[in-house]
Amino acid sequence: MMRVFEGLRFRRIESPIHSLDPRSKAVFLLVLSVLSILYSDPLTLTVLLIIQIPLVCMARVVKFWLNSLRGSAVLMIFIFGVNFLTSYFYMGGFTFDGLTMAAAMTIRFVTLIGAFSLFFLTTTPEDLSLALERLKIPYDICFAFTAAMRFVPDIALEAQSIMDAQKSRGLELEKGKILERIRNMLPILVPLFIRSFQRSMELAEAMESRAYGAIRKRTSLYELKMFRNDYALIAFSITFMLIIVAIKNF
Amino acid sequence: MIEVLDVYYTYPNGFTALKGVSLTIDRGECIAIMGENGAGKTTLIKHFNGLLKPTKGAVSVDGSNTMDLSVAQLSRKVGLVFQNPDHQFFSETVEDEIAFALKNFGFQEDEIKRRVDQVLERMGLIHYRQSSPFNLSGGEKKRLAIASVVVFNPDYLVLDEPTIGQDYLQKREIIEIIRSFLKEGKTAVIVTHDLEFVVDLRPRIILMSQGRIILDDTADKALSNLKLLDEASLLPPQITELAYRLFNPPGLEGVLDEKDLMKIIKPLLTRRVKQQ
Ligand SMILES: Nc1ncnc2c1ncn2[C@@H]1O[C@H](COP(=O)(O)OP(=O)(O)O)[C@@H](O)[C@H]1O
Ligand SMILES: [Mg+2]
Repeated sequence: MMRVFEGLRFRRIESPIHSLDPRSKAVFLLVLSVLSILYSDPLTLTVLLIIQIPLVCMARVVKFWLNSLRGSAVLMIFIFGVNFLTSYFYMGGFTFDGLTMAAAMTIRFVTLIGAFSLFFLTTTPEDLSLALERLKIPYDICFAFTAAMRFVPDIALEAQSIMDAQKSRGLELEKGKILERIRNMLPILVPLFIRSFQRSMELAEAMESRAYGAIRKRTSLYELKMFRNDYALIAFSITFMLIIVAIKNF
Repeated sequence: MIEVLDVYYTYPNGFTALKGVSLTIDRGECIAIMGENGAGKTTLIKHFNGLLKPTKGAVSVDGSNTMDLSVAQLSRKVGLVFQNPDHQFFSETVEDEIAFALKNFGFQEDEIKRRVDQVLERMGLIHYRQSSPFNLSGGEKKRLAIASVVVFNPDYLVLDEPTIGQDYLQKREIIEIIRSFLKEGKTAVIVTHDLEFVVDLRPRIILMSQGRIILDDTADKALSNLKLLDEASLLPPQITELAYRLFNPPGLEGVLDEKDLMKIIKPLLTRRVKQQ
């Protein structure tokens, strides 16, 4: 689980992908997401996965990217299992079609995880906020979004300390029936919620004492700018989409 | 006895936080583990009750390898109190919070009540039994965190940075809790930066740096080694510093508190008075 969080966390690395404008990366992400939801044959989905690999290599985040795929391995197995089993019922037995369908669902999941992981690994929360502002989303919402992103790793660490503290007082998470297990989560969830609440109060106070919201119209120290590489990525994404659509429909 | 044998520990992200740590903790000892931030102190103590299992090497508690026991089984013997009390409170009342571990360990209802009463009294929390843990002051929260572990009477008490955010009086209270625990013949391990705080207990000092133990010695020897303390970014006890400045050059070992200093200064002063 921790691995998935890690795979969505920005890494400060110098690379041509990191320096791209978040908007052009968002176009690429959008194209991959739309296509992978539109089509459900394993071949197309595999192409959508493979097309990410050169970008991942260029961004030098191969290790983190693979980690987030590995972190979601349990879910992949689950998705495959459930799809294969349900195919048994409406296809009247285990068939090759059922197998292909289950495989396609799993690859679709991997493709989506990979695409989102690539986006978040290479985009700073600040850039993301700027991009959202450009899309005319109110600054308060942009700020809330980036602050939330920024706190995910902290909360994950805190969850770990809380679990350690409760296990040291004899709490056994793996013991008991399903109902008891859910009840056993309370000693973990309660402190986690309270801490998150405290944290947001602290953040709000710190922001207010630094005059957050005093000026309606904000300006930014850094402005987003599209460069040649950005137009290249957007052009590539759109061409790629047109080609796939063309192949699939004619 | 807790035995740590050439332990290496690597976190899932690939960072190696312990690099060949060996250490034996005997029954009845008082030990202070010191060292800069990130030295691996917390990582080490999490091995004592099996929260972490060594990547290489072995840890055993009273002869059993921690690999073979659950965290719950080990915690019954080795009580860990973590740094931040807010990371463990979840009950509506102070007394429920203290009873939590006892319930987990399967104590009987009347025994739970007896022990909770006893520990509330001992920790000076008796008036707060029905209060919410979240409404306590910083010092009371810390005492409650310690109480919620001491209550199941572990043989070893391990405290991670117990004095952070505590004022002088609160520190003295924590010292007294540890001292009474030691009097019962139990073992205490304290992770701290605060030399002034532990010096009264005359603990065995273990100094860590970058995942290794760089010193393991008596308080007398370790704490009067100003050069070493400086290298480890630790401040010596003020009395030691004073003795050092008064009687420079050094060669003074074990001047750690006012009694030690008195022993040296008193003869000098009386001689002066007689001369006059
Ligand atoms: N969950 C974790 N994942 C990765 N690295 C960690 C984790 N916890 C601690 N570390 C790293 O291990 C090192 C030792 O940490 P820790 O034992 O907490 O040090 P100390 O308690 O001496 O300050 C630090 O460099 C820290 O960043
Ligand atoms: Mg620590």
